[in-house]
Amino acid sequence: MLVFTFRRLNLFIFTMLLLTLLSFSLSFLFPGDAIINMSGAINATPNQLIEINKAYQTDRNIFWQYIAYLNHIANGELGLSMASQSDISTEILNLLPATIELSLVALFIAMFFGIPLGFIAAIKHNKLADNLILSVSMLGYSIPVFWLGLLAILTFSINLGWLPSAGQISLLFEIELVTGIQFIDILLSDSPYKWQAFIDATSHVILPATVIAIAPATIFIRLARTSMIEVLETNYIRAASAKGLTFQQIIMRHAIRNALIKIIRHVGLQFANLVTIAMVTEVIFSWPGIGRWLIESIYQRDYTAIQSGLLVLSCFIFVVHILTDFLYAALNPLARGNKYGS
Amino acid sequence: MNNLKLVPIICLACLLLLGCNDESIVSLSEHSVVYCAEGSPETFNPQLVTSGTTIDATSNQLYNRLITYKGKDNKLTPALAKSWHATKDGKKVTFYLRKDVPFHQTSYFTPTRLLNADDVIFSFNRILKADHPYHLVSGGHYPFFQSVNFSLLVEKVEKINDYTIRFHLSHTDSSFLANLATDFSIILSEEYANQLTKQHIKSNIDTHPIGTGPFKFKEYRVGSFIRFYRHEQYWQKPAQLEQLVFDITPSNTGRLTKLLAKECDITAYPIAHKKITQHKDLTLEEVIALNVGYFGFNVKKPPFDNKLIRQAISYAINKKVLLEAVYQEKAELANSLLPNTSWAFDDSIADQEFNPILAKSLLEIAGYPQGFTMDLWVTPAQRAYNPNSITMAKLIQTDLKNIGIKVNIVSYKWNTFLHRLKRGEHQTFLSGWSADNPDPDNFFSPILSCSATKTGSNKTFWCNKKYDDIIQKALQTDNIRQRKIYYTQAMNIVTKEVPLIPIAHSKRYQARSNNVMGDILAPFGGINFYQVTKINSFNSGEN
Repeated sequence: MLVFTFRRLNLFIFTMLLLTLLSFSLSFLFPGDAIINMSGAINATPNQLIEINKAYQTDRNIFWQYIAYLNHIANGELGLSMASQSDISTEILNLLPATIELSLVALFIAMFFGIPLGFIAAIKHNKLADNLILSVSMLGYSIPVFWLGLLAILTFSINLGWLPSAGQISLLFEIELVTGIQFIDILLSDSPYKWQAFIDATSHVILPATVIAIAPATIFIRLARTSMIEVLETNYIRAASAKGLTFQQIIMRHAIRNALIKIIRHVGLQFANLVTIAMVTEVIFSWPGIGRWLIESIYQRDYTAIQSGLLVLSCFIFVVHILTDFLYAALNPLARGNKYGS
Repeated sequence: MNNLKLVPIICLACLLLLGCNDESIVSLSEHSVVYCAEGSPETFNPQLVTSGTTIDATSNQLYNRLITYKGKDNKLTPALAKSWHATKDGKKVTFYLRKDVPFHQTSYFTPTRLLNADDVIFSFNRILKADHPYHLVSGGHYPFFQSVNFSLLVEKVEKINDYTIRFHLSHTDSSFLANLATDFSIILSEEYANQLTKQHIKSNIDTHPIGTGPFKFKEYRVGSFIRFYRHEQYWQKPAQLEQLVFDITPSNTGRLTKLLAKECDITAYPIAHKKITQHKDLTLEEVIALNVGYFGFNVKKPPFDNKLIRQAISYAINKKVLLEAVYQEKAELANSLLPNTSWAFDDSIADQEFNPILAKSLLEIAGYPQGFTMDLWVTPAQRAYNPNSITMAKLIQTDLKNIGIKVNIVSYKWNTFLHRLKRGEHQTFLSGWSADNPDPDNFFSPILSCSATKTGSNKTFWCNKKYDDIIQKALQTDNIRQRKIYYTQAMNIVTKEVPLIPIAHSKRYQARSNNVMGDILAPFGGINFYQVTKINSFNSGEN
């Protein structure tokens, strides 16, 4: 396990280096002055500019400039947003939790519905239920998320009036920003309307999270189905049935556990996919997360924000990926033998 | 595995909780209103801006003026000043202040005294005196006051006693009182300013506002929302609403969705009027606003320094089509800066004819028989005077293509747009003006006077001595008939010189849920939530 951990850390460090190298070179590739793109100080006075140049070591060669850039990132200094002139790291810290919250809820929904449906399809292999689940999941996978989002708003918010269409919580509730994750903040707050706020936040998250969850859920269905079919064909299942266990006992005690392990492996991969979908969905549902912020930055040609936002987001996805790898290794001793990161 | 069985039960419980949220939400929403606004304010001090979005969010909510307009005939009535009088020559105007006006108490300021003459003098000296410690805080631009030459007009503001102040004017100005009653002439707290000076955070005076208005500032997140709470000690009866939230939603469809989904109670500048009027729970309101939407030239940029080119373009634009397509005929065609509801409106001003052939020959005389390429800047945000400037720009693009002029449409974010216009980077632009007071001068001085070129409110950079003289003369008399003649003369100069082409005088729209009562819109100036109340539809249903 130690070697495994070491290898993953190694992979992490090198990937991070490559990512920072990419984002560092972006400031040269974007139009305009590289140092302005990097620091975002568009309104700097000549004196401030000299200081910024000194801090980023522009008088030395490109290697030292890169080291200076790394140093800034390590200190959490991601520069100023060109559009709003506010500190990007603070903005990201305020926005990233909202995206994490939305993605986690969506992931939960996707797994909660996707995996059992996949199992059912596998158990009823090649029967009506299987075909039905497969075709519905095909349909869910093919629907573009922006269209689905608008349709969901039209149906559930406007026509039926069941769920709100925009934002994280009704603006009437005054919830202090502590962690950025709305549900935790609500529980921490001392507002007299705490529980109403909690319910309101729940009703706000359902629609966007479900829309995000549809595509990953269909993938989970297929993953669960394949891995269950594989497990059901293994020798130990045959042995168990030869022992005289009922079908239900076989599924519950042996098949599900072994099938689940294979799925966990893919959760990390799916998470990256999910965050991408979440970014588009945030725009549709006005969710105050990093995806909407990043897309707005692209519209406004806010290069500093694009650069830092991409770095933070990809770093976050990578961390999640590694964490699920660890989880998988912890659950499945066979995986620890893998010599190379994947 | 047993844990897994619990999950559906928990989910079911959540759903049940969701089912009964109506009643509990009601207790909070009963006393709160969410207003879907079209943009973010640039500051919380109306002295510093002329942008309608900022005025809407700040002026009537957070502050009061010395005097204000009231009633259908827009009579000047007392506000913070309980009375006033002017000397016969009109050069000294004395105001007697109310003695019972408390300032907001917030987390960042606790007032120890009531409003007095010092606050009024502070508020005006900040604008008037270049060496005032607060003059340069937030940039030192007071566009409205600079455009009406306020600092040349007011020689000094004198404190007679704690509750009496006197304005000494250099000459009589018939629009002086009207200007004091506009949304810009608000009263700040001197005590708060002193506190900020001590804390070395002077700029907070415009970002964390303290005023005397019916609501006090609580929280602002740029591009997201503004939260106000009721000012409990308001000098008039406190407002009915406990909480007022501005939900900042720049997208037109976003605002409509939120209105239909009942996430906001009131929406600024709604689209899809028909859909709203069909809905049984919603009301569409309109008010004939004193405004004008126009097509402007930057006369400093060639070829628009040539009068013939400007005239040619004015003949080439088919305003009737613009009116149909952009305003759905819910606006009046404009030939003058003044709308016909103004008392100074003169219908003798000739209709601008649509004549592409004449336009083409004017271009030839000007030396551009082949035409040329130009940029047209459009406002990205929806304004009352122009509900859809992109469409308008596209129509103008087609019109001008017919006479050989190629138009590139350029659009920026609202704040960037204003900033760049002020710097004169544009060639031509679509903009407009919403009046702040019913005085006709409000249309002539801020939009086209020479002094307004310096402050950026005259975005055409057109400066005409004769025009300036006439509008000055109009200010120096009280005789309404005489003033009307002057303004007609001024308008004739504009028609001849064409620094801008007036397009339409439109109505301002707003949509609201039927359970929200009280007037919000006014024909001029910003919106006002003081009178707003909410009837609870849930309760009335149950009782």
